[in-house]
Amino acid sequence: MTLRFRASALILTAALALSACAQGGLRGDDTVNLNAQGGLGAASDPTSVAYFNQVVGDRVLFAVDQSTLDAQAQATLDGQAQWLLSNAEYRVQIEGHADEQGTREYNIALGARRAAAVRDYLVSRGVPANRLTTISYGKERPIEICSEESCYRQNRRAVTVLSFGTGV
Amino acid sequence: MLTRRSLIRSTAALTLASSLPLVPARAQTGPLRLEITEGVIEPLPFAVPRFIARNGGAADAAADITRVIAADLRGTGLFRQIPESAHISSVTAFDAPVQYNDWQAINAQALIVGEVEESGGRLIVRFRLFDVFSQQPLGEGLQFVGPREGWRRMAHNVADQVYERITGEGGYFDTRVVFIHEEGPKNARLKRLAIMDYDGANVQFLTDSRSLVLAPRFSPTGDRIIYTSYESGQPRVYLMDVATVTRRPLEAISAGDMSFSPRFTPDGGSVVFSMAQGGNTDIFRVSVGGGARTQLTSAPSIETAPSFSPDGSQMVFESDRTGGQQIYVMPAGGGEPQRISRGTGRYGTPVWSPRGDYIAFTKQEAGRFHIGVMRTNGSEERLLTASFLDEGPTWAPNGRVLMFTRETAGADGAPAVYSVDISGRNLQRVATPGMASDPSWSPRLT
Repeated sequence: MTLRFRASALILTAALALSACAQGGLRGDDTVNLNAQGGLGAASDPTSVAYFNQVVGDRVLFAVDQSTLDAQAQATLDGQAQWLLSNAEYRVQIEGHADEQGTREYNIALGARRAAAVRDYLVSRGVPANRLTTISYGKERPIEICSEESCYRQNRRAVTVLSFGTGV
Repeated sequence: MLTRRSLIRSTAALTLASSLPLVPARAQTGPLRLEITEGVIEPLPFAVPRFIARNGGAADAAADITRVIAADLRGTGLFRQIPESAHISSVTAFDAPVQYNDWQAINAQALIVGEVEESGGRLIVRFRLFDVFSQQPLGEGLQFVGPREGWRRMAHNVADQVYERITGEGGYFDTRVVFIHEEGPKNARLKRLAIMDYDGANVQFLTDSRSLVLAPRFSPTGDRIIYTSYESGQPRVYLMDVATVTRRPLEAISAGDMSFSPRFTPDGGSVVFSMAQGGNTDIFRVSVGGGARTQLTSAPSIETAPSFSPDGSQMVFESDRTGGQQIYVMPAGGGEPQRISRGTGRYGTPVWSPRGDYIAFTKQEAGRFHIGVMRTNGSEERLLTASFLDEGPTWAPNGRVLMFTRETAGADGAPAVYSVDISGRNLQRVATPGMASDPSWSPRLT
């Protein structure tokens, strides 16, 4: 009896045709990620992205495994809401993140919960929901890379990322 | 007692050819048998003289195949190879009578004899296994035929046969692993879906590095992979056909929803996965062919990491409904979940063993991570590993070995794939071409 191997089922020659999104910059093609392009303006200009990021504050931090917004986070988000209402041409994607001290898929869910907490808060402060989207990166996008609480704290974050698009 | 099973199996990929005539048996003094138990095991000494090359075209393959068979067996931690330099007898012909006394003298308990023939671009591999101290063959001689480039799989098939005949457990060498290949610094990591043989050979990339990809799983027949990709801009579940490397989203989902943590049902016909909607994550089920989505959990907490029992009747998953992650079991169609994790700390990523007897998990406690196993009712919890970050176990098809991700700490921290027996023995790093994470072990390919 002769036997044969399956016709090269595991030989992978097909060309890979993936979308052009970079892993780090996953925005829709209809918007421009100003944060990534240096078009931030001057922080002294209150209508600039740089002002939003640096003066208003583009991120809030969370306790371990939590998505509760503490007083400091709420104050930051109050400022974000005010700024967004004054600068209606910007759209927002809220990125939820986790530190590395957790399992991968749970952290995706946790990041989603954090991003939603920020979104819900901004909506409660009058920002139209249709200007806001959320995404979770779980523990995939740390900004600080030490394995200590000082870094973990910075990574347990939700970042409000502005893009210039069809503001409502 | 050694169980003699039918050794001729009809298979899609590699069929066993004819059984070979048995060498006459001698007086039996008790068959060779290694019980894989929790206790400390003295590795069983074996000898595998270099397979005889029947013709010049088979010389390299004979050496390579012998080397891979030996590596497979040694890698289990259950077998110890007696080096060829210690051999007294040399095997000059495949059918020559075995000089049992010479093998007993060097304490080889198992002897593997084989030959390789090259014919028209194909290889014929024949082997016999002998119980040296009983002075008799262990099972029938077998012959494998395949294309020359398939020599590794033929070697793995020989090793699977040897492992099965001696341990009574299914072999796991003719298998593949799908995993995530990682490149770049920790704060700018690039990830690619990749596939390799269980021993790290034959690595092939299935995606490029443009889209973040996570946590692949094999289908029960090994021909499809389900995984999470950010290529649409959101985390979404994708289905890939391994042979053609074509992929498609599992289903259309609403803007703003994120789907992840997919696993096949045991029949391969459906996928269970998590979906985050408005910040809440629950588990859903959908047919691979499309159709309506069924919601399996509905709680305001995070429900993720589902895994079915092999008979499809139950589903294990993790939930943080009581605060931290814990493991729950519920009827597959829905119903009241019962918590089974009882220790201190957090428990996640449960995976039901293909044998149905254990659930493997990740445990996090006091800043350390562990891979462990427990009975399906949560009893007999046993931690197998401990490190800064161990996570995501996947079962070998025989339910006796696990692979998982181990990541080191600090700014230069890097993930690697490790394997460990469910006894906690034989912890090893799996060879990968670089940083690697999220392994998923295929079923047996033959």
